[in-house]
Amino acid sequence: MPKRDEPPFLRYLIVNADEMEPGSFKDRLLLEKTPHQLIEGVIIGAFAVQATVAYIFVRGEYVLALERLVRAVVEAQARGYIGRDIFGSGFSLTIHVHASGGRYICGEASALFSALEGRRAIPRARPPRSAVSGLWGKPSVVNNVETLCCVPPIIERGANWYLGLSRSVDGGTKLYGISGRVKRPGLWELPFGTPLNEILFEHAGGMQDGYECRAVLPGGASTAFIMPENFDVGMDFASVQKIGSSLGTGNIVVLDQRRCPIGLLRNLEHFFAQESCGWCTPCRDGLPWVERTLTAIEAGEGEAEDLDLLVHHVSFLGPGCTFCDLAPGAMAPLASGLKYFRREFERHINEKACPWHDTKDAWA
Amino acid sequence: MSTVEQVFVREPLGPRLRHEIVTIARHAEDKRAACIDALKLVQKRFRFVSDDHLVEVAALLEMTPAELDGVATFYNLIFRRPVGRHVILLCDSVACWVMGGAAACAHLCERLSVKPGETTVDGRFTLLPIVCLGHCDHAPAMMVDEDLYGDLDAARLDDILRRFR
Repeated sequence: MPKRDEPPFLRYLIVNADEMEPGSFKDRLLLEKTPHQLIEGVIIGAFAVQATVAYIFVRGEYVLALERLVRAVVEAQARGYIGRDIFGSGFSLTIHVHASGGRYICGEASALFSALEGRRAIPRARPPRSAVSGLWGKPSVVNNVETLCCVPPIIERGANWYLGLSRSVDGGTKLYGISGRVKRPGLWELPFGTPLNEILFEHAGGMQDGYECRAVLPGGASTAFIMPENFDVGMDFASVQKIGSSLGTGNIVVLDQRRCPIGLLRNLEHFFAQESCGWCTPCRDGLPWVERTLTAIEAGEGEAEDLDLLVHHVSFLGPGCTFCDLAPGAMAPLASGLKYFRREFERHINEKACPWHDTKDAWA
Repeated sequence: MSTVEQVFVREPLGPRLRHEIVTIARHAEDKRAACIDALKLVQKRFRFVSDDHLVEVAALLEMTPAELDGVATFYNLIFRRPVGRHVILLCDSVACWVMGGAAACAHLCERLSVKPGETTVDGRFTLLPIVCLGHCDHAPAMMVDEDLYGDLDAARLDDILRRFR
Protein backbone atom coordinates (compact mmCIF):
# COMPACT_ATOMS: atom_id res chain seq x y z
CA MET A 1 0.00 0.00 0.00
CA PRO A 2 1.14 3.56 -0.57
CA LYS A 3 2.31 5.36 2.58
CA ARG A 4 -0.22 7.42 4.54
CA ASP A 5 0.75 10.74 2.93
CA GLU A 6 1.35 9.36 -0.57
CA PRO A 7 -1.20 9.43 -3.39
CA PRO A 8 -3.52 7.94 -4.49
CA PHE A 9 -5.73 8.83 -1.56
CA LEU A 10 -8.71 6.77 -2.60
CA ARG A 11 -7.92 3.31 -1.23
CA TYR A 12 -10.09 0.41 -0.26
CA LEU A 13 -10.21 -2.05 2.59
CA ILE A 14 -12.03 -5.20 1.55
CA VAL A 15 -13.30 -7.85 3.93
CA ASN A 16 -13.45 -11.27 2.37
CA ALA A 17 -16.50 -12.78 4.06
CA ASP A 18 -17.23 -15.04 1.11
CA GLU A 19 -16.88 -18.18 3.21
CA MET A 20 -17.46 -21.05 0.82
CA GLU A 21 -14.65 -23.50 1.51
CA PRO A 22 -16.49 -26.80 2.00
CA GLY A 23 -16.43 -27.80 5.66
CA SER A 24 -15.83 -24.25 6.95
CA PHE A 25 -18.23 -22.30 9.11
CA LYS A 26 -16.09 -20.08 11.36
CA ASP A 27 -16.78 -16.79 9.55
CA ARG A 28 -20.53 -17.32 9.58
CA LEU A 29 -20.48 -17.62 13.36
CA LEU A 30 -18.29 -14.51 13.75
CA LEU A 31 -20.59 -12.50 11.46
CA GLU A 32 -23.72 -13.69 13.22
CA LYS A 33 -22.54 -13.55 16.81
CA THR A 34 -20.12 -10.65 16.95
CA PRO A 35 -20.56 -8.29 13.96
CA HIS A 36 -19.40 -5.24 15.93
CA GLN A 37 -16.04 -6.88 16.60
CA LEU A 38 -15.55 -7.18 12.84
CA ILE A 39 -16.63 -3.58 12.27
CA GLU A 40 -14.19 -2.37 14.91
CA GLY A 41 -11.43 -4.33 13.19
CA VAL A 42 -12.43 -2.77 9.87
CA ILE A 43 -12.30 0.76 11.33
CA ILE A 44 -8.84 0.20 12.84
CA GLY A 45 -7.55 -1.51 9.69
CA ALA A 46 -8.92 1.22 7.43
CA PHE A 47 -7.34 3.91 9.63
CA ALA A 48 -3.98 2.12 9.51
CA VAL A 49 -3.86 2.14 5.71
CA GLN A 50 -5.90 5.37 5.39
CA ALA A 51 -8.65 3.68 3.38
CA THR A 52 -11.79 5.78 3.30
CA VAL A 53 -14.09 3.15 1.84
CA ALA A 54 -14.52 -0.43 3.02
CA TYR A 55 -16.51 -3.22 1.41
CA ILE A 56 -17.59 -6.29 3.34
CA PHE A 57 -18.20 -9.01 0.75
CA VAL A 58 -20.55 -11.60 2.26
CA ARG A 59 -21.82 -14.68 0.51
CA GLY A 60 -25.48 -14.37 -0.45
CA GLU A 61 -26.59 -17.53 1.36
CA TYR A 62 -25.57 -16.06 4.73
CA VAL A 63 -28.93 -14.36 5.19
CA LEU A 64 -28.87 -14.04 8.99
CA ALA A 65 -25.23 -12.88 8.98
CA LEU A 66 -26.05 -10.21 6.39
CA GLU A 67 -29.06 -9.02 8.35
CA ARG A 68 -27.08 -8.66 11.59
CA LEU A 69 -24.05 -7.12 9.88
CA VAL A 70 -26.12 -4.48 8.11
CA ARG A 71 -27.86 -3.65 11.39
CA ALA A 72 -24.51 -3.37 13.16
CA VAL A 73 -23.16 -1.01 10.48
CA VAL A 74 -26.23 1.20 10.87
CA GLU A 75 -25.78 1.19 14.66
CA ALA A 76 -22.09 2.11 14.36
CA GLN A 77 -23.00 4.92 11.97
CA ALA A 78 -25.66 6.25 14.31
CA ARG A 79 -23.11 6.43 17.17
CA GLY A 80 -20.53 8.17 14.97
CA TYR A 81 -17.98 5.33 14.83
CA ILE A 82 -18.17 5.42 11.05
CA GLY A 83 -18.94 8.32 8.75
CA ARG A 84 -17.43 11.72 8.12
CA ASP A 85 -14.63 13.06 10.38
CA ILE A 86 -14.99 10.33 13.00
CA PHE A 87 -14.98 11.94 16.49
CA GLY A 88 -13.16 14.97 15.07
CA SER A 89 -10.16 12.87 14.03
CA GLY A 90 -10.22 14.10 10.45
CA PHE A 91 -10.55 10.48 9.35
CA SER A 92 -13.67 9.46 7.41
CA LEU A 93 -14.85 5.97 6.58
CA THR A 94 -17.80 4.51 4.68
CA ILE A 95 -18.61 0.80 5.05
CA HIS A 96 -20.61 -0.99 2.36
CA VAL A 97 -22.00 -4.49 2.81
CA HIS A 98 -22.25 -6.47 -0.43
CA ALA A 99 -24.30 -9.67 -0.70
CA SER A 100 -22.68 -11.92 -3.28
CA GLY A 101 -24.47 -13.54 -6.20
CA GLY A 102 -22.77 -16.74 -5.07
CA ARG A 103 -19.69 -18.43 -6.53
CA TYR A 104 -16.69 -20.01 -4.76
CA ILE A 105 -14.17 -18.15 -6.93
CA CYS A 106 -15.37 -14.81 -5.48
CA GLY A 107 -13.26 -15.69 -2.45
CA GLU A 108 -10.12 -15.31 -4.61
CA ALA A 109 -9.09 -11.73 -3.82
CA SER A 110 -8.72 -10.46 -7.39
CA ALA A 111 -11.89 -12.27 -8.54
CA LEU A 112 -13.63 -10.58 -5.62
CA PHE A 113 -12.75 -7.19 -7.14
CA SER A 114 -14.34 -8.26 -10.43
CA ALA A 115 -17.46 -9.36 -8.56
CA LEU A 116 -17.70 -6.04 -6.68
CA GLU A 117 -17.33 -4.17 -9.97
CA GLY A 118 -20.38 -6.02 -11.34
CA ARG A 119 -18.51 -8.42 -13.60
CA ARG A 120 -18.06 -12.16 -13.82
CA ALA A 121 -15.82 -13.12 -10.90
CA ILE A 122 -12.68 -13.94 -12.85
CA PRO A 123 -9.26 -13.65 -11.19
CA ARG A 124 -6.77 -11.11 -12.51
CA ALA A 125 -3.15 -11.46 -13.50
CA ARG A 126 -0.53 -10.34 -10.97
CA PRO A 127 1.44 -8.10 -10.96
CA PRO A 128 0.20 -5.51 -10.28
CA ARG A 129 -0.52 -6.59 -6.71
CA SER A 130 -3.84 -5.46 -5.30
CA ALA A 131 -2.02 -3.07 -2.93
CA VAL A 132 -1.00 -1.17 -6.07
CA SER A 133 -4.03 -1.74 -8.28
CA GLY A 134 -7.08 -3.49 -6.87
CA LEU A 135 -10.73 -2.55 -6.84
CA TRP A 136 -11.39 -0.11 -9.72
CA GLY A 137 -7.63 0.10 -10.17
CA LYS A 138 -7.10 1.66 -6.73
CA PRO A 139 -4.83 0.38 -3.93
CA SER A 140 -6.77 -2.24 -1.99
CA VAL A 141 -6.14 -4.39 1.05
CA VAL A 142 -8.06 -7.63 1.41
CA ASN A 143 -8.39 -9.36 4.77
CA ASN A 144 -10.56 -12.16 6.02
CA VAL A 145 -13.12 -11.99 8.80
CA GLU A 146 -11.13 -13.96 11.37
CA THR A 147 -8.04 -11.75 10.93
CA LEU A 148 -9.95 -8.49 11.36
CA CYS A 149 -11.84 -9.81 14.38
CA CYS A 150 -8.44 -10.37 16.08
CA VAL A 151 -7.44 -6.72 15.63
CA PRO A 152 -9.46 -4.96 18.39
CA PRO A 153 -8.20 -7.14 21.28
CA ILE A 154 -4.60 -6.89 19.99
CA ILE A 155 -4.83 -3.07 19.95
CA GLU A 156 -6.34 -3.11 23.41
CA ARG A 157 -3.97 -5.57 25.11
CA GLY A 158 -0.84 -5.50 22.99
CA ALA A 159 0.99 -7.75 20.58
CA ASN A 160 2.93 -9.63 23.26
CA TRP A 161 -0.22 -10.63 25.05
CA TYR A 162 -1.62 -11.96 21.77
CA LEU A 163 1.56 -13.82 20.79
CA GLY A 164 1.65 -15.41 24.25
CA LEU A 165 -1.74 -17.07 23.72
CA SER A 166 -0.25 -19.41 21.17
CA ARG A 167 1.30 -22.86 21.48
CA SER A 168 3.30 -22.47 18.28
CA VAL A 169 5.38 -20.02 16.24
CA ASP A 170 2.12 -18.65 14.79
CA GLY A 171 0.88 -16.14 17.33
CA GLY A 172 -2.48 -15.94 19.02
CA THR A 173 -5.53 -18.14 18.73
CA LYS A 174 -7.34 -19.92 15.91
CA LEU A 175 -10.94 -20.92 15.37
CA TYR A 176 -10.93 -24.69 14.88
CA GLY A 177 -14.07 -26.42 13.67
CA ILE A 178 -14.97 -30.06 13.31
CA SER A 179 -17.69 -31.78 11.32
CA GLY A 180 -18.34 -35.44 10.56
CA ARG A 181 -19.15 -38.41 12.81
CA VAL A 182 -17.70 -37.00 16.02
CA LYS A 183 -19.63 -36.84 19.29
CA ARG A 184 -19.64 -33.02 19.52
CA PRO A 185 -19.21 -31.30 16.16
CA GLY A 186 -18.58 -27.59 16.64
CA LEU A 187 -16.21 -24.65 16.70
CA TRP A 188 -13.64 -23.65 19.34
CA GLU A 189 -11.23 -20.76 19.75
CA LEU A 190 -8.00 -22.42 20.90
CA PRO A 191 -4.31 -21.53 21.15
CA PHE A 192 -2.70 -21.58 17.71
CA GLY A 193 -0.92 -24.91 17.31
CA THR A 194 -3.30 -27.00 19.45
CA PRO A 195 -2.64 -30.65 18.46
CA LEU A 196 -5.15 -32.25 16.10
CA ASN A 197 -5.84 -35.21 18.43
CA GLU A 198 -6.65 -32.82 21.27
CA ILE A 199 -9.25 -31.06 19.08
CA LEU A 200 -10.61 -34.33 17.77
CA PHE A 201 -10.74 -36.37 20.98
CA GLU A 202 -11.05 -33.82 23.80
CA HIS A 203 -13.03 -30.93 22.35
CA ALA A 204 -15.06 -32.88 19.83
CA GLY A 205 -15.35 -35.86 22.18
CA GLY A 206 -13.93 -38.43 19.76
CA MET A 207 -15.85 -40.53 17.26
CA GLN A 208 -19.49 -41.55 17.66
CA ASP A 209 -20.07 -45.15 18.70
CA GLY A 210 -19.63 -47.53 15.79
CA TYR A 211 -17.49 -45.13 13.79
CA GLU A 212 -13.73 -45.07 13.31
CA CYS A 213 -11.76 -42.14 12.01
CA ARG A 214 -9.99 -43.02 8.76
CA ALA A 215 -8.57 -39.60 7.83
CA VAL A 216 -9.30 -35.89 8.12
CA LEU A 217 -9.21 -32.91 5.83
CA PRO A 218 -7.62 -30.37 8.20
CA GLY A 219 -8.85 -27.14 6.64
CA GLY A 220 -11.47 -27.60 3.96
CA ALA A 221 -11.71 -29.14 0.51
CA SER A 222 -8.40 -27.70 -0.72
CA THR A 223 -6.22 -29.43 1.86
CA ALA A 224 -4.50 -32.82 1.73
CA PHE A 225 -5.63 -35.68 4.00
CA ILE A 226 -4.01 -36.19 7.36
CA MET A 227 -3.87 -39.84 8.44
CA PRO A 228 -4.25 -41.08 12.06
CA GLU A 229 -0.50 -41.69 12.49
CA ASN A 230 -0.01 -37.92 12.22
CA PHE A 231 -2.83 -36.83 14.53
CA ASP A 232 -0.32 -35.53 17.07
CA VAL A 233 0.49 -32.67 14.67
CA GLY A 234 0.13 -29.16 16.03
CA MET A 235 -2.49 -27.29 14.02
CA ASP A 236 -0.31 -24.38 12.90
CA PHE A 237 0.88 -23.42 9.42
CA ALA A 238 4.42 -24.83 9.56
CA SER A 239 3.66 -28.08 11.41
CA VAL A 240 0.79 -29.08 9.14
CA GLN A 241 2.89 -28.25 6.09
CA LYS A 242 5.69 -30.45 7.40
CA ILE A 243 3.46 -33.54 7.20
CA GLY A 244 2.41 -32.73 3.63
CA SER A 245 -0.88 -30.92 4.13
CA SER A 246 -1.88 -27.35 4.88
CA LEU A 247 -3.84 -25.66 7.62
CA GLY A 248 -6.39 -24.10 5.26
CA THR A 249 -9.32 -22.72 7.23
CA GLY A 250 -8.61 -24.92 10.26
CA ASN A 251 -12.13 -26.33 9.95
CA ILE A 252 -11.69 -30.10 10.01
CA VAL A 253 -13.82 -32.64 8.14
CA VAL A 254 -13.64 -36.20 9.45
CA LEU A 255 -13.90 -39.20 7.13
CA ASP A 256 -15.14 -42.35 8.88
CA GLN A 257 -14.86 -45.98 7.85
CA ARG A 258 -18.47 -46.17 6.64
CA ARG A 259 -17.95 -43.74 3.75
CA CYS A 260 -16.01 -44.46 0.59
CA PRO A 261 -12.78 -42.42 0.28
CA ILE A 262 -13.13 -42.43 -3.52
CA GLY A 263 -16.69 -41.16 -3.16
CA LEU A 264 -15.44 -38.38 -0.92
CA LEU A 265 -12.81 -37.38 -3.49
CA ARG A 266 -15.45 -37.47 -6.24
CA ASN A 267 -17.59 -35.16 -4.09
CA LEU A 268 -14.68 -32.71 -3.67
CA GLU A 269 -13.74 -32.70 -7.36
CA HIS A 270 -17.39 -32.22 -8.35
CA PHE A 271 -17.35 -29.08 -6.24
CA PHE A 272 -14.16 -27.74 -7.85
CA ALA A 273 -15.24 -28.64 -11.39
CA GLN A 274 -18.54 -26.84 -10.86
CA GLU A 275 -17.00 -23.79 -9.23
CA SER A 276 -14.15 -23.28 -11.73
CA CYS A 277 -14.68 -19.87 -13.30
CA GLY A 278 -13.76 -21.31 -16.70
CA TRP A 279 -11.16 -18.70 -17.53
CA CYS A 280 -8.11 -20.92 -18.02
CA THR A 281 -8.19 -24.18 -19.97
CA PRO A 282 -6.43 -26.63 -17.62
CA CYS A 283 -8.90 -25.84 -14.84
CA ARG A 284 -12.02 -25.57 -17.00
CA ASP A 285 -11.39 -28.83 -18.90
CA GLY A 286 -9.17 -30.73 -16.50
CA LEU A 287 -11.39 -30.65 -13.40
CA PRO A 288 -14.51 -32.11 -15.13
CA TRP A 289 -12.26 -34.82 -16.56
CA VAL A 290 -10.96 -35.64 -13.09
CA GLU A 291 -14.54 -35.70 -11.77
CA ARG A 292 -15.73 -38.02 -14.56
CA THR A 293 -12.81 -40.37 -13.99
CA LEU A 294 -13.49 -40.55 -10.25
CA THR A 295 -17.20 -41.09 -10.90
CA ALA A 296 -16.37 -44.00 -13.18
CA ILE A 297 -13.96 -45.56 -10.68
CA GLU A 298 -16.48 -45.18 -7.86
CA ALA A 299 -19.15 -46.86 -10.01
CA GLY A 300 -16.82 -49.83 -10.68
CA GLU A 301 -16.24 -48.77 -14.28
CA GLY A 302 -12.65 -47.62 -13.82
CA GLU A 303 -9.57 -49.07 -15.50
CA ALA A 304 -5.99 -49.32 -14.25
CA GLU A 305 -4.88 -46.54 -16.65
CA ASP A 306 -7.31 -44.16 -14.96
CA LEU A 307 -4.98 -43.94 -12.00
CA ASP A 308 -2.17 -42.75 -14.30
CA LEU A 309 -4.56 -40.18 -15.73
CA LEU A 310 -5.34 -38.89 -12.24
CA VAL A 311 -1.65 -38.78 -11.32
CA HIS A 312 -1.00 -36.83 -14.52
CA HIS A 313 -3.68 -34.29 -13.62
CA VAL A 314 -2.19 -33.73 -10.17
CA SER A 315 0.88 -32.19 -11.83
CA PHE A 316 -0.93 -30.83 -14.90
CA LEU A 317 -3.27 -28.78 -12.69
CA GLY A 318 -0.69 -28.14 -9.98
CA PRO A 319 0.90 -24.90 -8.80
CA GLY A 320 2.14 -22.69 -11.63
CA CYS A 321 0.04 -24.35 -14.35
CA THR A 322 -3.17 -22.40 -13.91
CA PHE A 323 -4.27 -18.78 -13.62
CA CYS A 324 -5.21 -18.93 -9.93
CA ASP A 325 -5.07 -21.32 -6.97
CA LEU A 326 -8.42 -23.06 -7.46
CA ALA A 327 -7.10 -26.04 -9.45
CA PRO A 328 -3.93 -26.55 -7.37
CA GLY A 329 -6.20 -26.52 -4.31
CA ALA A 330 -8.41 -29.14 -5.95
CA MET A 331 -5.38 -31.34 -6.55
CA ALA A 332 -4.20 -31.31 -2.92
CA PRO A 333 -6.75 -33.84 -1.60
CA LEU A 334 -6.53 -35.88 -4.81
CA ALA A 335 -2.74 -36.19 -4.64
CA SER A 336 -2.89 -37.31 -1.02
CA GLY A 337 -5.85 -39.58 -1.74
CA LEU A 338 -3.90 -41.35 -4.48
CA LYS A 339 -1.11 -41.87 -1.98
CA TYR A 340 -3.07 -42.92 1.12
CA PHE A 341 -6.03 -44.69 -0.54
CA ARG A 342 -4.19 -46.49 -3.33
CA ARG A 343 -5.53 -49.84 -2.13
CA GLU A 344 -9.11 -48.57 -2.11
CA PHE A 345 -8.67 -47.22 -5.65
CA GLU A 346 -7.35 -50.58 -6.81
CA ARG A 347 -10.15 -52.50 -5.09
CA HIS A 348 -12.76 -50.46 -6.99
CA ILE A 349 -10.99 -51.20 -10.26
CA ASN A 350 -10.29 -54.88 -9.62
CA GLU A 351 -13.66 -55.74 -8.09
CA LYS A 352 -15.50 -53.56 -10.63
CA ALA A 353 -17.71 -52.28 -7.81
CA CYS A 354 -17.63 -49.93 -4.87
CA PRO A 355 -16.92 -51.83 -1.62
CA TRP A 356 -19.00 -49.15 0.14
CA HIS A 357 -21.92 -49.56 -2.24
CA ASP A 358 -24.39 -50.23 0.59
CA THR A 359 -23.73 -46.93 2.34
CA LYS A 360 -23.81 -44.76 -0.78
CA ASP A 361 -27.31 -43.35 -0.25
CA ALA A 362 -27.57 -44.28 3.42
CA TRP A 363 -28.28 -41.78 6.18
CA ALA A 364 -25.63 -43.17 8.51
CA MET B 1 -44.75 -22.89 -16.71
CA SER B 2 -48.51 -22.26 -16.52
CA THR B 3 -50.22 -19.64 -18.69
CA VAL B 4 -50.90 -17.49 -15.64
CA GLU B 5 -47.20 -17.32 -14.85
CA GLN B 6 -46.26 -16.55 -18.46
CA VAL B 7 -48.48 -13.48 -18.38
CA PHE B 8 -46.98 -12.55 -15.01
CA VAL B 9 -43.39 -12.49 -16.24
CA ARG B 10 -44.33 -10.59 -19.42
CA GLU B 11 -45.31 -7.75 -17.14
CA PRO B 12 -42.64 -5.01 -17.40
CA LEU B 13 -40.56 -4.08 -14.34
CA GLY B 14 -42.85 -1.15 -13.56
CA PRO B 15 -42.00 2.36 -12.33
CA ARG B 16 -41.36 1.41 -8.69
CA LEU B 17 -38.85 -1.35 -9.37
CA ARG B 18 -37.19 0.76 -12.08
CA HIS B 19 -36.85 3.60 -9.60
CA GLU B 20 -35.32 1.29 -6.98
CA ILE B 21 -32.76 0.01 -9.49
CA VAL B 22 -31.87 3.52 -10.65
CA THR B 23 -31.43 4.57 -7.00
CA ILE B 24 -29.02 1.76 -6.08
CA ALA B 25 -27.12 2.39 -9.32
CA ARG B 26 -26.74 6.05 -8.41
CA HIS B 27 -25.28 5.14 -5.02
CA ALA B 28 -22.80 2.66 -6.51
CA GLU B 29 -19.33 3.83 -7.50
CA ASP B 30 -20.04 2.64 -11.02
CA LYS B 31 -23.54 1.84 -12.37
CA ARG B 32 -22.77 -1.73 -13.35
CA ALA B 33 -21.51 -2.44 -9.83
CA ALA B 34 -25.19 -2.46 -8.83
CA CYS B 35 -26.09 -5.22 -11.28
CA ILE B 36 -26.14 -8.14 -8.82
CA ASP B 37 -28.32 -6.16 -6.42
CA ALA B 38 -30.57 -5.11 -9.31
CA LEU B 39 -31.01 -8.69 -10.51
CA LYS B 40 -31.80 -9.75 -6.94
CA LEU B 41 -34.51 -7.07 -6.74
CA VAL B 42 -36.04 -8.38 -9.97
CA GLN B 43 -35.89 -11.89 -8.59
CA LYS B 44 -37.53 -10.86 -5.34
CA ARG B 45 -40.53 -9.62 -7.33
CA PHE B 46 -40.66 -12.15 -10.19
CA ARG B 47 -38.70 -15.10 -8.65
CA PHE B 48 -36.39 -15.34 -11.67
CA VAL B 49 -34.88 -13.03 -14.29
CA SER B 50 -36.68 -13.32 -17.64
CA ASP B 51 -35.11 -12.23 -20.94
CA ASP B 52 -37.33 -9.15 -21.14
CA HIS B 53 -36.47 -8.07 -17.61
CA LEU B 54 -32.78 -8.63 -18.26
CA VAL B 55 -32.93 -6.30 -21.27
CA GLU B 56 -34.73 -3.66 -19.20
CA VAL B 57 -32.21 -3.84 -16.32
CA ALA B 58 -29.26 -3.74 -18.72
CA ALA B 59 -30.54 -0.48 -20.23
CA LEU B 60 -30.94 1.08 -16.77
CA LEU B 61 -27.34 0.18 -15.86
CA GLU B 62 -25.91 1.15 -19.28
CA MET B 63 -24.76 -2.38 -19.92
CA THR B 64 -25.44 -4.46 -23.02
CA PRO B 65 -27.89 -7.34 -22.46
CA ALA B 66 -25.07 -9.76 -23.32
CA GLU B 67 -22.80 -8.27 -20.65
CA LEU B 68 -25.52 -8.49 -18.02
CA ASP B 69 -26.46 -12.02 -19.08
CA GLY B 70 -22.78 -12.97 -18.75
CA VAL B 71 -22.94 -11.81 -15.14
CA ALA B 72 -26.39 -13.26 -14.44
CA THR B 73 -25.47 -16.74 -15.66
CA PHE B 74 -22.18 -16.74 -13.75
CA TYR B 75 -23.64 -16.58 -10.24
CA ASN B 76 -25.37 -19.48 -8.50
CA LEU B 77 -28.09 -17.42 -6.83
CA ILE B 78 -29.35 -15.60 -9.94
CA PHE B 79 -31.99 -17.71 -11.66
CA ARG B 80 -32.43 -17.27 -15.40
CA ARG B 81 -35.16 -19.89 -15.59
CA PRO B 82 -38.48 -20.02 -13.73
CA VAL B 83 -38.42 -21.51 -10.24
CA GLY B 84 -41.17 -22.64 -7.89
CA ARG B 85 -42.72 -20.60 -5.08
CA HIS B 86 -40.10 -21.97 -2.68
CA VAL B 87 -36.51 -22.74 -3.57
CA ILE B 88 -34.80 -25.54 -1.66
CA LEU B 89 -31.01 -25.20 -1.64
CA LEU B 90 -29.67 -28.55 -0.50
CA CYS B 91 -25.98 -28.65 0.39
CA ASP B 92 -24.07 -31.25 -1.63
CA SER B 93 -20.58 -30.53 -0.29
CA VAL B 94 -18.27 -32.75 1.66
CA ALA B 95 -19.35 -32.38 5.30
CA CYS B 96 -23.00 -32.97 4.40
CA TRP B 97 -22.00 -35.83 2.11
CA VAL B 98 -20.26 -37.58 5.02
CA MET B 99 -23.33 -37.07 7.21
CA GLY B 100 -25.86 -38.51 4.75
CA GLY B 101 -26.45 -35.67 2.29
CA ALA B 102 -27.05 -38.14 -0.53
CA ALA B 103 -29.82 -39.77 1.51
CA ALA B 104 -31.36 -36.35 2.17
CA CYS B 105 -31.31 -35.63 -1.56
CA ALA B 106 -32.87 -39.01 -2.41
CA HIS B 107 -35.56 -38.45 0.22
CA LEU B 108 -36.47 -34.99 -1.10
CA CYS B 109 -36.50 -36.23 -4.70
CA GLU B 110 -38.83 -39.04 -3.73
CA ARG B 111 -41.19 -36.84 -1.69
CA LEU B 112 -41.35 -34.10 -4.32
CA SER B 113 -41.20 -36.38 -7.40
CA VAL B 114 -38.40 -34.31 -8.91
CA LYS B 115 -34.74 -34.67 -9.78
CA PRO B 116 -32.23 -32.10 -8.51
CA GLY B 117 -32.70 -28.95 -10.57
CA GLU B 118 -36.40 -29.53 -11.21
CA THR B 119 -39.62 -27.88 -10.04
CA THR B 120 -42.57 -29.81 -8.64
CA VAL B 121 -45.63 -30.21 -10.88
CA ASP B 122 -47.67 -27.91 -8.62
CA GLY B 123 -44.98 -25.21 -8.86
CA ARG B 124 -44.48 -25.19 -5.10
CA PHE B 125 -40.81 -26.23 -4.81
CA THR B 126 -37.64 -26.10 -6.89
CA LEU B 127 -34.86 -28.38 -5.62
CA LEU B 128 -31.35 -27.08 -6.27
CA PRO B 129 -28.05 -28.48 -5.04
CA ILE B 130 -25.82 -25.79 -3.51
CA VAL B 131 -22.23 -25.65 -2.31
CA CYS B 132 -21.38 -25.82 1.40
CA LEU B 133 -23.78 -23.64 3.41
CA GLY B 134 -21.40 -23.29 6.37
CA HIS B 135 -23.65 -25.29 8.70
CA CYS B 136 -21.29 -28.28 8.79
CA ASP B 137 -21.58 -28.91 12.53
CA HIS B 138 -25.29 -29.54 11.88
CA ALA B 139 -24.94 -31.46 8.63
CA PRO B 140 -26.82 -32.40 6.53
CA ALA B 141 -28.12 -28.88 5.92
CA MET B 142 -30.35 -27.01 3.49
CA MET B 143 -32.05 -23.66 3.00
CA VAL B 144 -35.66 -23.14 2.06
CA ASP B 145 -35.93 -19.63 0.67
CA GLU B 146 -34.06 -17.57 3.30
CA ASP B 147 -34.16 -20.01 6.23
CA LEU B 148 -31.40 -22.42 7.18
CA TYR B 149 -32.18 -25.94 8.44
CA GLY B 150 -29.70 -28.45 9.87
CA ASP B 151 -29.51 -31.95 11.41
CA LEU B 152 -31.73 -33.22 8.61
CA ASP B 153 -33.16 -36.70 8.67
CA ALA B 154 -36.22 -38.19 6.98
CA ALA B 155 -38.65 -37.14 9.71
CA ARG B 156 -37.30 -33.60 9.94
CA LEU B 157 -37.42 -33.16 6.16
CA ASP B 158 -41.05 -34.27 6.06
CA ASP B 159 -41.84 -31.90 8.91
CA ILE B 160 -40.18 -28.96 7.12
CA LEU B 161 -41.95 -29.71 3.82
CA ARG B 162 -45.28 -29.86 5.65
CA ARG B 163 -44.84 -26.24 6.81
CA PHE B 164 -45.05 -25.12 3.20
CA ARG B 165 -48.19 -27.04 2.32
